Amino acid sequence: MRFLSSRRRHPAAKVLLLVLGLFVMGALYAVVAPANQVSADTGSSQQVAEGKALFAVGCSSCHGLSGEGQQSGEVQGPSLAGVGSAAVEFQVGTGRMPLARPEEQAPVKPNRYTPEEVAALAAYVATLGPGPEIPDPADYDTAGISTEDIARGGELFRTNCSACHNFEGAGGALPDGKYAPSLFGVSNQHIYEALLTGPQQMPVFSDGVMRPEDKRAIIAYLNTLHERPSDGGFNLGGLGPVSEGLWSFIIGLGSLMAIAVWIAAKGAKAK
Amino acid sequence: MSELDRRDGGHGVDSEAQRSAELATVQDSDRYPVPDPGLPEHLPRLTDVDEKAFDRATRQVATMFGLVPLLAIGFVVIYFAVPTAATLDIGILNTNAKNFGLGVTAGMALLLIGLGAVQWGRQLMDDHEMVDHRHGAASTEEDVEYVLRELDAGIDESRIKRRKILGFTLVGALGALALPLIVSFADLGPKPVKRVRQNTIEATIWEKGIRLVHDVTYEPIKASEIVIGQLVNAQPENLQEFEGTDYLVEKAKASIIIVRMDPNSIKIPESRRDWQVGGILCYSKICTHVGCPISLWEQQTHHLLCPCHQSTFDLGDSGLVVFGPAARALPQLPITVDAEGYLVARDKFAVPVGPSYFERNSNSDFKGE
Repeated sequence: MRFLSSRRRHPAAKVLLLVLGLFVMGALYAVVAPANQVSADTGSSQQVAEGKALFAVGCSSCHGLSGEGQQSGEVQGPSLAGVGSAAVEFQVGTGRMPLARPEEQAPVKPNRYTPEEVAALAAYVATLGPGPEIPDPADYDTAGISTEDIARGGELFRTNCSACHNFEGAGGALPDGKYAPSLFGVSNQHIYEALLTGPQQMPVFSDGVMRPEDKRAIIAYLNTLHERPSDGGFNLGGLGPVSEGLWSFIIGLGSLMAIAVWIAAKGAKAK
Repeated sequence: MSELDRRDGGHGVDSEAQRSAELATVQDSDRYPVPDPGLPEHLPRLTDVDEKAFDRATRQVATMFGLVPLLAIGFVVIYFAVPTAATLDIGILNTNAKNFGLGVTAGMALLLIGLGAVQWGRQLMDDHEMVDHRHGAASTEEDVEYVLRELDAGIDESRIKRRKILGFTLVGALGALALPLIVSFADLGPKPVKRVRQNTIEATIWEKGIRLVHDVTYEPIKASEIVIGQLVNAQPENLQEFEGTDYLVEKAKASIIIVRMDPNSIKIPESRRDWQVGGILCYSKICTHVGCPISLWEQQTHHLLCPCHQSTFDLGDSGLVVFGPAARALPQLPITVDAEGYLVARDKFAVPVGPSYFERNSNSDFKGE
């Protein structure tokens, strides 16, 4: 204790104390905050019944006990009738749902559910009303797709997707704190499901209008684009003028200014 | 040479310093509230008094210059030795090895020459402060007189005063040359009179009964296949008949977006009740501000955002502007379904699509009901 008390007026003491305080608060929050983890009732035989139990624990506080939604009150959630199992697989599978707190947009988080639990939840929500079903793996399997189709996928991507998701799929900003997420590292299945269900502000691209082969071409194009090495050196996130402008203003102009200051500096004098 | 230079009769360091000191004492209190403090006292640098420091700075400059030939040789070696296809992959740096090597050697060589020159100037070259006064811009009176005299003599010798017709015809000849210039520039494009505007920028290829088809695939669109929240980037079916420049010109005006919203959650004015099919609405894709193509649509707020200048249109309220610099609502295309259930245009656009221009009449634009 003598070590601490003798150094309590050290210039770094305040900063260290602040960091320690923030750390303790964060740790307490992590312990006290509502956990996303759900204990699945493995004793249940029926998948839907299991999903219903999971739903009651993880989803019902916002979406209502039978998925009817809550339009008033402090905690609101949309009705889940007719969203279909594809929407559940996308929202829960990417960790967007359950939400940790109400906010403009659901961020991607680590998914705490097992694939069986997600399937059970999806099966239960699918009983609430007819909606898009979890796609068949053959729909989004891009193995053996021709280069012509990849090029067509690129054209479709630039026409339909790049307005929000950027020409490289790096994502972009939307009004009021919303954003189009980056498509880097998103699985084929989740891209397909997002197109099918239109999560949050994203429009729907249903199979009737954007055919499954068109969706597959878009996914194959994105994979080709993201696997290709960037021979131009640093691509600065592929964000276009934003990151390039920041780089040239801060690094480029900054170093020029530093050199200009050095040129004009008086330097050491003999007296 | 200015008067000051003449008086000093030289550029020696001592005379410069003397002159600076002289200038520093000149009072100009009529114009400036604070007297000119003059130049600060000249202090010698470390390299001026310490021979070792001078040697050290010399070594630095010589080292920087001395590295340049090595880098130049490195450039040539990399140019011939590194295969064009080789890549470098270090951490987040992923680049073509040859380009990287050539850039680093050439760039470093130029940078070292620059840095060496600056260090030479700062540490080794003489650094006495000096003032260079600006010379007067006017010529001397003798020079002016001489030039005018020569000019008059030249005019006399040309005999243009005796035979005035020479001058008149020359001016006429040069003046007439403006005519071909004016005519060829004036004919660069059609003059934007009302009739020309009506047939070009104010017209699109949309007509009654033209099918709405997908951009890229040109597949027709069935109304029954569009679900709520859907966005379709579309074109008129007859766009395929165009090629080359015509194709681009027509596509730039005719591009549309089709959206479907829950009819109970949007405002459909009485005058536009039959412009839509069960909540399927069709709008021009061209922003009314400066004409960017827009399809950044939020399906829950029904807002369409233009990424260029953040103009925001409410597609659930006839495309009225809710934010940003756009002055006019997004033009809506009236649509219906044909006998086979495909979406077709009910009529052409009621107002010109696209950005504002001086002559555009905004009286018939939708302003809300």
